[in-house]
Amino acid sequence: MQPQTAPASGPLLTRAGRGGRGLKTFEDKHQTATGFDRPARLLILRKFARDIPAVIGLVIVVFVIAIAIIGPWIAPYPGDVVASHLLQRLKPPSAGFPFGTDNLGRDIFSRVILGTRGALEVALAVVALAAAIGVPLGLIAGYTTSWLSEVIMRVTDVFLSLPQLILALALAQLLKPSLESAMLALALTYWPFFTRLVFAETRRLRVSLFVDTLQGIGASTARIVFAHILPNAISPVIVRATIGLGFTILVAAVLGFLGVGATPPQPDWGLTISESRNYLPDAWWYATFPGLAILLAVLGFNLLGDGLRDLVDPRLRRSR
Amino acid sequence: MADPIIEIRSLRLTIKTDEGAAKILDHIDFSLERGRILGIVGESGCGKSTIIRAIIGILPAGARVETGTIRFDGEDLLTLSEHELNSRIRGSRIGFIPQDPYLALNPVFRMGTQLLEIMRWHAPDDGQGRQGRGRRHRDRIVALLRRVQLPDPEAALERYPHQFSGGQRQRLVIAAALATSPSLVIADEPTTALDVTTQQQIIDLLRDLVGEFGLSMLFVTHDLGVVAELCDDLCVIYAGQTVESGRTAEILARPRHPYTKALLACHPDRAATFSGIPGNVPSPLRAEPGCRFAPRCGDVQDVCKARQPFLSVDRSGRAVDCVLFDMPENVAAT
Amino acid sequence: MLGFVLRRALSAIPSLFGLLVVTFLLIRIVPADPAAALAGDNATPQQIAAIRHQYGFDRPIGEQLIIYIGQVFRFNFGESQYSHRPVGLDIRQRLPATLELTFGSLLFATLVGIPIGVVAGVYHNRWPDFVLRLFSITGVAIAAFWFAIMLQLLFSMQLDWLPLRGRTGTGIVLPSEVTGSLLLDSLIAGRLDVFADALRHLVLPVATLSLGALASIARFTRAGVLETMQKDFVLYERAVGYPRWRLIWIYVLRNSVIAAVSQIGLLFGALIAGAVVVESIFDWPGIGNYTVQAILTADYKVMLAVTLLIGVIYTIVNILTDLTHGLLDPRLWEQL
Repeated sequence: MQPQTAPASGPLLTRAGRGGRGLKTFEDKHQTATGFDRPARLLILRKFARDIPAVIGLVIVVFVIAIAIIGPWIAPYPGDVVASHLLQRLKPPSAGFPFGTDNLGRDIFSRVILGTRGALEVALAVVALAAAIGVPLGLIAGYTTSWLSEVIMRVTDVFLSLPQLILALALAQLLKPSLESAMLALALTYWPFFTRLVFAETRRLRVSLFVDTLQGIGASTARIVFAHILPNAISPVIVRATIGLGFTILVAAVLGFLGVGATPPQPDWGLTISESRNYLPDAWWYATFPGLAILLAVLGFNLLGDGLRDLVDPRLRRSR
Repeated sequence: MADPIIEIRSLRLTIKTDEGAAKILDHIDFSLERGRILGIVGESGCGKSTIIRAIIGILPAGARVETGTIRFDGEDLLTLSEHELNSRIRGSRIGFIPQDPYLALNPVFRMGTQLLEIMRWHAPDDGQGRQGRGRRHRDRIVALLRRVQLPDPEAALERYPHQFSGGQRQRLVIAAALATSPSLVIADEPTTALDVTTQQQIIDLLRDLVGEFGLSMLFVTHDLGVVAELCDDLCVIYAGQTVESGRTAEILARPRHPYTKALLACHPDRAATFSGIPGNVPSPLRAEPGCRFAPRCGDVQDVCKARQPFLSVDRSGRAVDCVLFDMPENVAAT
Repeated sequence: MLGFVLRRALSAIPSLFGLLVVTFLLIRIVPADPAAALAGDNATPQQIAAIRHQYGFDRPIGEQLIIYIGQVFRFNFGESQYSHRPVGLDIRQRLPATLELTFGSLLFATLVGIPIGVVAGVYHNRWPDFVLRLFSITGVAIAAFWFAIMLQLLFSMQLDWLPLRGRTGTGIVLPSEVTGSLLLDSLIAGRLDVFADALRHLVLPVATLSLGALASIARFTRAGVLETMQKDFVLYERAVGYPRWRLIWIYVLRNSVIAAVSQIGLLFGALIAGAVVVESIFDWPGIGNYTVQAILTADYKVMLAVTLLIGVIYTIVNILTDLTHGLLDPRLWEQL
């Protein structure tokens, strides 16, 4: 039997000790200016890659963007934006016309491809404009603690309590129906989502980054906002923007369908579906394929947005 | 030793994590005789809660039992199906007292509903048929609540968990554990979330109940003081392994394993200054060969780095897993 | 409790006021000549002048606001160009149809969506979860108007199982109006033939309108279930031997649903907006259809009135949702 001895202080192998002895830890070696470890970035990419729906979304989005860009060059009948070939009207899908033809004999396959560009342009313009309005407002409201912040958030609340589609319809109608007025109307109803998001993030960061202290030691507002707050608040904005792109494509299609957005002969998906109604049920292809295009595009952005959200918001991460 | 009510032998368990397989339990060994209270002691993260979950069969997804047996009343619980465990064992023959009753109770249901749910499915058949069974269950619950000194039991049944104090909630879950007359009660650190005064009350209550109802109890804790007061027997766990077990009084008086000795030496009642044991608990992800306590052991030998876990049991039933006590004449079959 | 209700109701007043102001500004800022816009394309100069006087466009802005508020509270929204009847009357007549459609859709979406969400959450990362998530995410991405047309194509035109449009068949004598809901009124009057007919007409519109809501409800129920399943009390309930199916469908569900209630309230607003399109496609005689016609005929009076109405409904639904949420969670009862 060994005599009872007090625990000897043997070699100290604490984790802190390893670092304190001058040996750099793995994390130390890769510390960058923004505080992100390079291994962490790889980890994020790998985590994203394991999320199959998100990867599918990314693939779809890339595909849709590609179609939008090279559309006019790959569409079999690019001239079908304006041309009409009445001899070929309302033909069912075939080798020559994969999606059939419409009531003016135009190739629906080509028009769907060409419509992609319009849909994406509208979506990008709307989301960009909404973000341009909403993000700065959110930053201001989150950063200041004065009455200005209160006013901005009240206005935002009012706009959020308004039915978005109705307001967009009313605005678009009042401004004379056209694609531009529809875009403006949609942007004016979407900016509150960005504001609310950025407001919450800015407020949170304001506390966690000790903004009051920074101000006390003389850091300028601009530097604080642009160098510290904005980089951290940008991720939720990107998530919201991605989902917003999908949502806008959908709403823009509704506006086109109702006749308050795109006008003939633009190859807008919603407009095409609206035109198709007179020729149902015989010309079923006329309505089906543009709708599938909408479905695919919106699905892609939604999946991607969801995947990004799972990356950005740790609370929503589930172990896969 | 008489026929133990529960006996765990050579339990090995791994859990799959994002960073690989973690050997949470590696060679857990102990047994509990009927009518006695066994304290399972160890630091946070040593695997004590996992042992409980393994016994009851509520391990997290990704957990795998590699080897070992858990014999309860003659049956190996590890061989039972989920259905069998739920209908015959959980709630009926094994009662459970959780660590934090505030988190353990469902916040949107009345206490009566929650307690009666257990009774409904696990109450022993009193032979009086199904008529009026609800009433009888209710009466039994109320009587139990009174026995655990919960004020105004009838009204308590109508209230929600957040309307009780910490000590009252603890009494509620104790009553819940006893309601179905189990033979074994497992208590997972039931005093950790309480203030010192309430702790003492609960400890006294548990001691009385064990005697009165003839229960056996597994009492998991990290507090040696509570163990000294309440537990007849003791099992010390370190890094997922049983390092020492035996009668509490003996172990506390004459600890054998270096870890046990160090734990006792650091206890505020014995140490002059506030100190800990230097070093850190090894990570279950990187299981080094040899004795897991070796890096921090004051009596470490060269052979420790290669030694397989092996519990030497002496004639009195005292078991130690340390090379210092691997005495041939004391070795009994494990 | 009453205090809570009153306080919540009062907090809605600034929003409602903001709504009034926005609709007020909408007609005055956007078109070049508000009076001409309101009067419509075929108005004579005298009519335009009459409108200008009636709405007070020639008065200072402060007076205009007062006039406007007065109009709103007297439900005076002018006369619709399309129907040549007071807009207020039109709305009052058409509102029940829209409410029947939206409530019916919300009910259906909830009754189907919640169980789907629970199953997806319980079978997390196994095949039921994947299938249901696929369905939910697609459901949110489908354009309602296209889905409606596809349904019509299949069930009406091809299979002839369901009526193409409208709320009732031709030649049906309607029962007297008690609740405004055709389904309920026909049951009350004991007219099962009308009930069956109304039900058949409801199927496609409800299927269309509820799709997005159903997918959403399934998604956040799933999220709620996943979150609840991580909680300690679920582990405890398993440890003490609660039967699995009761554990999930009673004890986990109620916790998951409480958080979902506020989401459901928000969905109602989306449903009202969606009703605009769905009613137009199915010729449903409600507010939505009315709005679309107003858009096509540039009937601004109607559009403004409808915008205001829907905004008010939104606000009321939000209040009700908050109240329900407060009532469902016992932990909040102290604060009430």
